[in-house]
Amino acid sequence: MNKKIIATTSLAGCFGCHMSFLDIDERILELVELVEFNKSPIDDIKVFTKMADIGIIEGGCCNSENIEVLKTFRENCKVLVSLGECAIMGGLPALRNGIPIEECLREAYLDGPTVQENKAKILPNDPELPMLLNNVYPCHEIVKIDYFLPGCAPNADLIWNALVALVTENEMDLPYEVVKFD
Amino acid sequence: MKETIRFRIDEHQITAEKGQTVVEAAKANGVYIPTLCNFEGVKPKGCCRMCTIKVNNRFMTACTTPASAGMEVESSTDELNDIRKSIVELLFVTGNHFCPSCEKSGNCELQALAYRFRMMVPRFPYQFPQKGIDASSPRIIKDQNRCILCKRCIKTIKTPDGRDYFAYRNRGTKLEVVLDEKLGNEMPDAVARQAMENCPVGSIIYKEQGFLKPIGKRKFDKKPIGSDIEV
Ligand code: SF4
Ligand code: SF4
Repeated sequence: MNKKIIATTSLAGCFGCHMSFLDIDERILELVELVEFNKSPIDDIKVFTKMADIGIIEGGCCNSENIEVLKTFRENCKVLVSLGECAIMGGLPALRNGIPIEECLREAYLDGPTVQENKAKILPNDPELPMLLNNVYPCHEIVKIDYFLPGCAPNADLIWNALVALVTENEMDLPYEVVKFD
Repeated sequence: MKETIRFRIDEHQITAEKGQTVVEAAKANGVYIPTLCNFEGVKPKGCCRMCTIKVNNRFMTACTTPASAGMEVESSTDELNDIRKSIVELLFVTGNHFCPSCEKSGNCELQALAYRFRMMVPRFPYQFPQKGIDASSPRIIKDQNRCILCKRCIKTIKTPDGRDYFAYRNRGTKLEVVLDEKLGNEMPDAVARQAMENCPVGSIIYKEQGFLKPIGKRKFDKKPIGSDIEV
């Protein structure tokens, strides 16, 4: 059997979903028999070198770079999966939705109780930095997403079951205990 | 002795006492009809529409409909379960439900219904409405981000002389359920705990003690809501 190609990324996420992915533990040995990783922080491949069968997205979109990466994934993956609450609904970063960006930046860099060393009162403005979006967006509001796997972080068994089903082209059979929002 | 009547819900033959609602009769016969605003011991109001059933091809709320002899009720059909699921989805997108950081998670009836209906993502766009939090009471936090306006707190949490701790404020899309400032300040500990318990979601949070039950031991971690009723 040809190995399926997998790509993964973390947008506005905390890498918790990727950690949970690694929680499949020794089953990762079975996984490498079934799949080959392409662009992913797991193997540190930075750009797509071929079309992937499955793209796994952690995190929602909070800045212009997230949008760009997400669109690249859509173009280069046959199937896209939103993994975790942040990809699905913005998650904790979306707590800022509705608060003006300026207010968020002031709180983070100037006025917040933990700000100590910013005497020059600088707000990050290097042109290299991606622009923050007005809101944090769920991935499916930016591109089409084919599957959604909730959880914060998603249960490793959920990831495993879903992934095996996708790779082997079988129906997903997800037990009640593994589909959770927390 | 009360008069006994018979009717059907889907493929189930139901034996009920005259005067019981369809929800009560179903429960007594081991059939679960999902509810949310309904609260045992309180006159049903039928406002959340979670218990929507079909009788004679008409939509009704099972919590307010009295059981009657020979009735043919549709309940667990694909159509009705999808309508119920869409109500859950609407409640998720019109509030701000960040389950991972909510103390009610695992014990929340809205979340449990989402699990039961396998909501992986709501079909509607998230609104992220701006809503407030009232933490002025020394005993509880009233978080409007999670309130589903079910009125359970208004109806069940009262002072011994019958005054309401909670009340409606505003109308239409601005409607909220708020805590009376003065009574909230004097709220006894047991009342605060009861208020959190009676709220189906995490809109009333008991202060200074959280996440008491570990993941795995909470109400809906292992078994879907309603599985205690179903035979
Ligand atoms: S109230 Fe329920 S649905 Fe809302 S955030 Fe809390 S656990 Fe989730
Ligand atoms: S606070 Fe809770 S019980 Fe009261 S109306 Fe809101 S959701 Fe219902």
